[in-house]
Amino acid sequence: MIEEKHVLTMLVDNEPGVLSRVAGLFAGRGYNIESLCVAETVTPNVSRITITTKANEVLIEQIIKQLRKLVNVIKLRDLTGKLSVKREMALICVQAKPEHRAEILRIVDIFRCKVVDVGQEHYILEVTGDEGKLTALINLLTPMGIKKIARSGTLALFREPK
Amino acid sequence: MELTGAQILMKVLEEEGVETIFGYPGGAVIDIYDELMKSGLRHVLVRHEQGAVHAADGYARASGKVGVCLVTSGPGATNTVTGIASAYMDSIPVVVFTGQVPTGLIGNDAFQEVDIVGITRPCTKHNYLVKSVDDMARVVKEAFYLARSGRPGPVLVDIPKDIASARTGYKPIKELSMRSYNPTYKPYRKQLKKVVKMVVRAKRPLIFAGGGVILSKSADELTRFARRGKIPVTTSLMGLGAFPGSDPLWLGMIGMHGTYRANMSSSQCDLLLAVGVRFDDRVTGKTDAFAAQAQIVHIDIDPTSIRKNIPVTVPVVGDCRFTLEQLNGLLEEENLGNLEEKRTPWLEQIEVWKQEARLTYDQKEIIKPQYVIEKLYELTGGKAIITTEVGQNQMWAAQYYHFDEPGHFITSGGLGVMGFGLPAAIGAQMAHPDKMVVDVAGDGSIQMNIQELATAVQNRLPIKVVILNNGYLGMVRQWQQLFYEKRYACTCMDCAPDFVKLAEAYGAVGLRATRPEEVETVLAEGLESDRTVIMDFLVEKEECVYPMVPAGAPITEMLLV
Ligand SMILES: Cc1ncc(C[n+]2csc(CCOP(=O)(O)OP(=O)(O)O)c2C)c(N)n1
Ligand SMILES: [Mg+2]
Repeated sequence: MIEEKHVLTMLVDNEPGVLSRVAGLFAGRGYNIESLCVAETVTPNVSRITITTKANEVLIEQIIKQLRKLVNVIKLRDLTGKLSVKREMALICVQAKPEHRAEILRIVDIFRCKVVDVGQEHYILEVTGDEGKLTALINLLTPMGIKKIARSGTLALFREPK
Repeated sequence: MELTGAQILMKVLEEEGVETIFGYPGGAVIDIYDELMKSGLRHVLVRHEQGAVHAADGYARASGKVGVCLVTSGPGATNTVTGIASAYMDSIPVVVFTGQVPTGLIGNDAFQEVDIVGITRPCTKHNYLVKSVDDMARVVKEAFYLARSGRPGPVLVDIPKDIASARTGYKPIKELSMRSYNPTYKPYRKQLKKVVKMVVRAKRPLIFAGGGVILSKSADELTRFARRGKIPVTTSLMGLGAFPGSDPLWLGMIGMHGTYRANMSSSQCDLLLAVGVRFDDRVTGKTDAFAAQAQIVHIDIDPTSIRKNIPVTVPVVGDCRFTLEQLNGLLEEENLGNLEEKRTPWLEQIEVWKQEARLTYDQKEIIKPQYVIEKLYELTGGKAIITTEVGQNQMWAAQYYHFDEPGHFITSGGLGVMGFGLPAAIGAQMAHPDKMVVDVAGDGSIQMNIQELATAVQNRLPIKVVILNNGYLGMVRQWQQLFYEKRYACTCMDCAPDFVKLAEAYGAVGLRATRPEEVETVLAEGLESDRTVIMDFLVEKEECVYPMVPAGAPITEMLLV
């Protein structure tokens, strides 16, 4: 069976230990986590967790059921292949030698990134986009030397009917 | 009304109809014990906290109610983990209250502090740390509700010492609302209609029932269904008693030590009705080969059980009792025509398998463990509640004692924890003071919680312990014999205590049988007694449990004697 990437989004009780229950479930049952984001929502006591995982058809069904079984998981949706918006943000610290500066700024422009910090030897870029865009950007910057990178992991929302 | 946390706990326990608590005190729960003494609740002082949880587990299974434990923080709490894990794997409703260090000290590595909520997260259905006395009533209420509803399981509530003594206004909670917990009891009717059609159409149907039938108290509905549909029945270890062991449609247990006919039937059936099971590997053997010719209907209240190990044709998420009631209703309406005739070839084939390989043993000069269980069955009229330890003793009890009713076979199935049987027997006997309760034990396992003999004697519980003493960790030795060329690495129990003297030292009765002709008299004498009794049967040392399916093989590939 083929493995596919799945983006799961869930509303959970905003209580200590809930993240640990979710992460512990993945670790304990040997499911993989590619990325994980958590933050509060506008509803008091409710947080949203977004998890990206790789699994085949049978396994993803099991993962979803296991997550739904957690008492603190209120609602869960698999956003794979659905009408959804997916975004990831990254902060990239790239080496900026004088001979590369213009090139980097051109890339920044094309990818609609922002330069949020400038130094003698580096830029820090802020970029938002889908996975493809981030990968493309990283590939272009790699030859110049990426010193550090922090990625948020995928965030996703279901598109409401128009 | 202003009450302390401990007082609120007592109030809710009363509201929940709790009568008996198994526990062990310590500094962090001293306030709770102080209130417990003033309440009308019966407290059973165990001798080890693991015993408290197994006892609560046995109590829950025998009574159908929630079992309750109370232990202190730190070591008291960690000692419960094995018991909790066993209850979790067998879906037994147990609520465990642990003391915790005062809230201000949490995280400081305080004396007897452990993060028991963290430790037990993966082996409880849910757990709580009570952080404010205002939450006490709701949390305890929720704990009981979670433990017994849906797929039952253990719930742990960790109570810091200062919360037990803090005060707050109390009013009883009438209704619980848990936005994120909503088990599915009612299955889709459309699915059920499909199932009934499949049953009528099937030529070689088989029911495979499990612990879910017992937990949902639907053994009567299952029996009705099987008899009307003329469907033979097998069960998992956990399902023994879900269908009468004396019924002609009964095939015996399925799986690694299942009967020949049950295992063969599963491979030849064209319709497998799996009810309240989770297709454990000890049942299925090699999963690809399991019920390979069958359409599979899987009924379970827990959606995660379905399609976890075995692909199914018709999934039915719902409570077993509710589902079987509905199915029975639909089957009543159905014109079954010449069902009798249609089933005959299948039932005849099963009879052939039965004749080909029955459960057998050969009783010669040395006592055979199977013989002891058979005699036990005879002398108790099949009416006793049997608890077991783990290993060969457990399997022989499952094979040779026939269970006609649910709640009479109490064993640690999923975790398979040695030391379960004696404390579980204590719990069962507390639930049913008038019933005969027998722990079928091995010489190894009984030593794992032997201290609970004191609990039994102190509470004048007339529990009977039948030790099948083979001088070995027999089940492991059996694997070594069959698959490791008899290299008996560390399975010989050379230095066992004299169990008769040990019984006497605890104030119980000790009896021993060394020859076959003594078996019946020792059993009779022991069962007759109104005291706690240990009966030590010196049995054949290198007897094996058969049939046996080697781990990972298809379950039709059985070693037969
Ligand atoms: C707590 C625990 N430790 C180890 C095991 C592994 N184990 C399974 S059966 C068995 C042998 C049990 O020996 P005994 O109680 O004498 O029973 P017998 O098989 O001889 O009837 C062992 C060691 C276990 N199930 N539980
Ligand atoms: Mg033994």
